[in-house]
Amino acid sequence: MFATIALLVLRKDVAIEVKSREILYTTLFFAVSCVLVFAFAFVKEGRVIEDAPAGILWIAIAFAGTLALGRTFERERYGETLRALLLAPAPRAAIYVGKLLGMILLLLVAELLLVPLIALLFGAAALFARPLLLAGLLLTGTVGFAAVGTLFAAMLVRSRTRDVMLPILLYPITVPVIIAGVRGTSALLQATPDEPAATMWIALLVCFDVVFVTLALWTFEPLMTE
Amino acid sequence: MKKAFGPLLILTAAMFACAPFLIAAAPYEATMGLVQKIFYFHVPSWFAMFTGVFVCGIYSAIYLFRGTPAADRVAFASAEIAVVFGLMGLVTGPLWGRKSWGVWWQWDAHLTMALLVELIFIGYLLVRKYGGPGSEKLGAGVAIFGMANVPFVYVSANIWRTVHPPTSVVPTLKPVMAGPFWFCVSAFMLLFALLLMLRLRLENQRAALDALYLEEE
Repeated sequence: MFATIALLVLRKDVAIEVKSREILYTTLFFAVSCVLVFAFAFVKEGRVIEDAPAGILWIAIAFAGTLALGRTFERERYGETLRALLLAPAPRAAIYVGKLLGMILLLLVAELLLVPLIALLFGAAALFARPLLLAGLLLTGTVGFAAVGTLFAAMLVRSRTRDVMLPILLYPITVPVIIAGVRGTSALLQATPDEPAATMWIALLVCFDVVFVTLALWTFEPLMTE
Repeated sequence: MKKAFGPLLILTAAMFACAPFLIAAAPYEATMGLVQKIFYFHVPSWFAMFTGVFVCGIYSAIYLFRGTPAADRVAFASAEIAVVFGLMGLVTGPLWGRKSWGVWWQWDAHLTMALLVELIFIGYLLVRKYGGPGSEKLGAGVAIFGMANVPFVYVSANIWRTVHPPTSVVPTLKPVMAGPFWFCVSAFMLLFALLLMLRLRLENQRAALDALYLEEE
């Protein structure tokens, strides 16, 4: 029952997105322009500053993610479908999980583009030296970021100042994800990839995911009740 | 509550009046000398700040699950005071750091965590002020997530790097220093309680006034 509803919400969001591709295209474009802006800051006399590719990757994910989060719920609000969704005789937490899965999927697609782009533009081919560890970092980091982001974006739908409030609240709370993601990725970027360090950061991200997904599931229902 | 306020106020004022003398009488620390004395106000302000953070987080959870407006008022009052004490800690810390490390700021576990918690709770206050209708619930969510975030920031920044004196210096203080230190901690805790009572009174009266307006309409 729970999984069915979550998957139905996900299917609905994917179907809308496949048709319009609005959020996907805008997010991807925004992520790429983020990377370009950073290139001016972190490339000095033709050389990339050490560790910069890891930072650029995660900041681009966080910025693009914020944009996408705002848009997904804006669509619900615009179509006045959020109330209908919440009125459905279904556990609210399942709706949250459906939305969260959609968000994770979107961000993973964006990362599929971002990682090769950064590897190419910043000479960071070492990103692919340990593909499994990198995938682990990206997946756990994305889940953590999206878990907090989806909840906050949902809460903010009714707020007049949602556009400003989402980044204000989201960035301080997701800082552990950024620290772990950036440090883990730059451990992989070293001349000899530091596997134990990357694994340790993945473990920290898994803990973060477990705690924050649980908290979000637990608080989504009372937070979304008017 | 009301009856205790007067005596508590006098006690806290007396303690804050005595504190400088006790701190002056405490011996100089071997390596840091005079600058170390900032510690008697720096650490207690963080104690008070984190008390505020946890009071806010716990009362927010109570508000969220029970829906009692009184719990929300405690959370709001407590968050405001936590931010004030946090600012105190953030001002006194760099004063010490400049002497000890030669720089005003270090990206260290304690400092990063303190700054982030301060930011999260300033965010909380912004939500409460500019969030419009329904901001109570929003704020409660922010407070709970902010509280849960404390250990994560600490652990991740700790692995990243640390230069701050370990918190284990507190239980191993020499008795001549521990006396004034715990005196200051109690003074700050009393101040926290007093400010919370005052702030809560204001919130309660505001709520009562709103209720009266509603009745009138």
